[in-house]
Amino acid sequence: MSGGGERVRIMRGREWARPVRPARREVLSALPELEQGRPPLLFVPGFGHGAWAFAEHWLEHAAGRGFPAYALSLRGHGGSEPAPEATLRAYTHDVTQVAAGLPRQAVLVGHGAGALVVRHALARYPARAAVLVAPVLGDWGTLGAALRRNPGGTLPALVGGGLRLSRRQLFSRELPDAEARRYASRLGRAGRRAQWQLLTHRSPEPAVGHPPVLVLGSPDDRVVPPAALTRAARRHGGAPLLFPGMGHDLMLDARWREPIDAILDWLEKEPGPA
Amino acid sequence: MSPSTDPGRPEPEATALTPTRDGRTVSDRGDTVCVIGAGASGLTAMKNLREHGFGVDCYERETGIGGGWNWRHDRSPVYASTHLISSRPFTQFPDFPMPDDWPDYPHHSQLLSYFERYADHFDLRQHVWFGTEVVRVEPVAGERWDVTTRSTGGYGPERTSRYAAVVVANGHNWSPKLPRYEGLEEFRGEIMHASSYKDPAQLRGKRVLVVGAGNTGCDIAVEAAQQASHCWHSTRRGYWYAPKYVLGRPADQVNDTLLALRLPLRVRQWLYHWTLRLTVGDLTRFGLPKPDHRVYETHPIANSQLVYYVGHGEIAPVPDVARFHTKAVELTDGRQIEPELVVFATGYLPRFEFLDPRILGDADGSGRPRLWLNAFAPGHPTLAVAGLLQPDSGLFPLSHWQSVLFARLLTLRLTRPDRAAAFAKRVTAGVGERYSGRVKDSSRHWFEVGHADYLRAVQRAMYDLEEK
Repeated sequence: MSGGGERVRIMRGREWARPVRPARREVLSALPELEQGRPPLLFVPGFGHGAWAFAEHWLEHAAGRGFPAYALSLRGHGGSEPAPEATLRAYTHDVTQVAAGLPRQAVLVGHGAGALVVRHALARYPARAAVLVAPVLGDWGTLGAALRRNPGGTLPALVGGGLRLSRRQLFSRELPDAEARRYASRLGRAGRRAQWQLLTHRSPEPAVGHPPVLVLGSPDDRVVPPAALTRAARRHGGAPLLFPGMGHDLMLDARWREPIDAILDWLEKEPGPA
Repeated sequence: MSPSTDPGRPEPEATALTPTRDGRTVSDRGDTVCVIGAGASGLTAMKNLREHGFGVDCYERETGIGGGWNWRHDRSPVYASTHLISSRPFTQFPDFPMPDDWPDYPHHSQLLSYFERYADHFDLRQHVWFGTEVVRVEPVAGERWDVTTRSTGGYGPERTSRYAAVVVANGHNWSPKLPRYEGLEEFRGEIMHASSYKDPAQLRGKRVLVVGAGNTGCDIAVEAAQQASHCWHSTRRGYWYAPKYVLGRPADQVNDTLLALRLPLRVRQWLYHWTLRLTVGDLTRFGLPKPDHRVYETHPIANSQLVYYVGHGEIAPVPDVARFHTKAVELTDGRQIEPELVVFATGYLPRFEFLDPRILGDADGSGRPRLWLNAFAPGHPTLAVAGLLQPDSGLFPLSHWQSVLFARLLTLRLTRPDRAAAFAKRVTAGVGERYSGRVKDSSRHWFEVGHADYLRAVQRAMYDLEEK
């Protein structure tokens, strides 16, 4: 699962011979009233989530601070085309397609397993920067935590069923129950093969263009253990930004404003690709 | 906002002025790299150099980007119906995919919009000095380069700037190659090189002879079949006319499936011949000459329509032209035909007028540089040629990796001079290397490469360069 040691791969026989089939994609956006020369942000939701998860609060908030903000639904999620047989490669394709379609070099922000998709996309698109929010980078530790905390939702996934996340894994108790229920009811499922690839995928190729990477999450996240956060941040030469008391879905939880403000502050300070 | 449309060269800012060359001042551009040409290869060179932290100045003789793919440019070879002959995955830059709702074989106008989006996405236009042509590129002490420019068309004074490195990306499809024929001067009909062919209306109602069976020649022959009153298509030998689709998929993708399986060339050739036999059939039945070589041994021709129109009698295949008479064209088999218009689709020649040919290893002035990876000149570690390749796929991914390799080399020159020196040795040792299987008539196809062989060589070069 090492990140930096891999070498750039020029020969991409399979990608040339078997390009990913296109699928209709849902992209939601919120744009600042005045173009301020800030890079566009592309939010990539994790498994089960759609672009709606970011449209709730974060898109508008980012636009309010002058960043053009976009969120996509990976195929099979939200308003995108159904794709039960989707793979990690197809998800990565969806991200690079949307990113390359933006007017300027974008910042990729991946949440949950979307962070893994972003890490793969970074090898196929020179992002200006990347942000991994509560990243599920797919290792056995995460699986162990998921099995302990949500055996009913996780076990079926191991035998090919859908991975189900419970309300209590995703949100803190500060979020009113009605809202938590409403969000949980909108959750969908990732493709079966993609779910398996969380564990079996090859580690991502090195990112092109050396983008700076920020990792953030919550020590009280009931999906991603704190050790996994630290590991993810260390891989990119830093420490994670922590938001204690929040659940896995930082963009929907009661205190959603804090993490997005931290991301935008970081982007304002960040001088560009390292 | 940006000064990029000024017809000048960047003004020297804080950099020192040192009077050197011919009494004129030379502005020192420090570590900046000069890129010549803002076509596909120049754009990707700029993007990759900037990504590796280098400043770039790009000189473009036209007023827009896209080089040959911009139909507004007077040297552009594209015609109204030009479509790609390699499918999207082989044509797009490896880190900037084309929209996946585009067709397998996009139109040239889509390609131009792709390059414009690329330039905007990576904010490249601010580094391009449009309407400026490069007159001379000369090496100076310290492995640096003096680049002399002036406004396109020769107006205004010449200016010289000094750069740390130069990428030559001036394209190779703009200087028409016209073969010499006996009696061509006395021929009274109309003569045209494919470079000035733009629109099928130019063929309408005429008796047309198309000379040359490259992809352009075949395209024009097909359009002549639809528009002209009569079409002859003259070819020097028999070719394999590969359909653009095989088994319902773009043919190059099917071919690369076999490549990915690492089937040996012989087996692939056999499979290809067998597939063509099943789909296109025996070409000699149509009166086309039998190919005198195996498939993959000449530049591939991807045209599904040529054979179709031959079969409908709309194209008459004829052998090579022997000589011209006042009103007729004599063919090598002794026949005489009387076309009103002759279109020479006989290709283009690469030209580097601004550079002493010896720098590119072309000591005898044959017009054929001797380089390693078709990009690196021995003895000149800060010079690279981008896009001087005729691949059996799209060119742009190859240019992309060339410029990534060059950018990494320039970086290592500063941080690990020993690595850069080892690379320089490799350049000298590998000069003139070829990256394809056996090629028929290889003197003509001297910069023909197989995309897999070539990219494998670039990948190896990059690993060797950066081996810890």
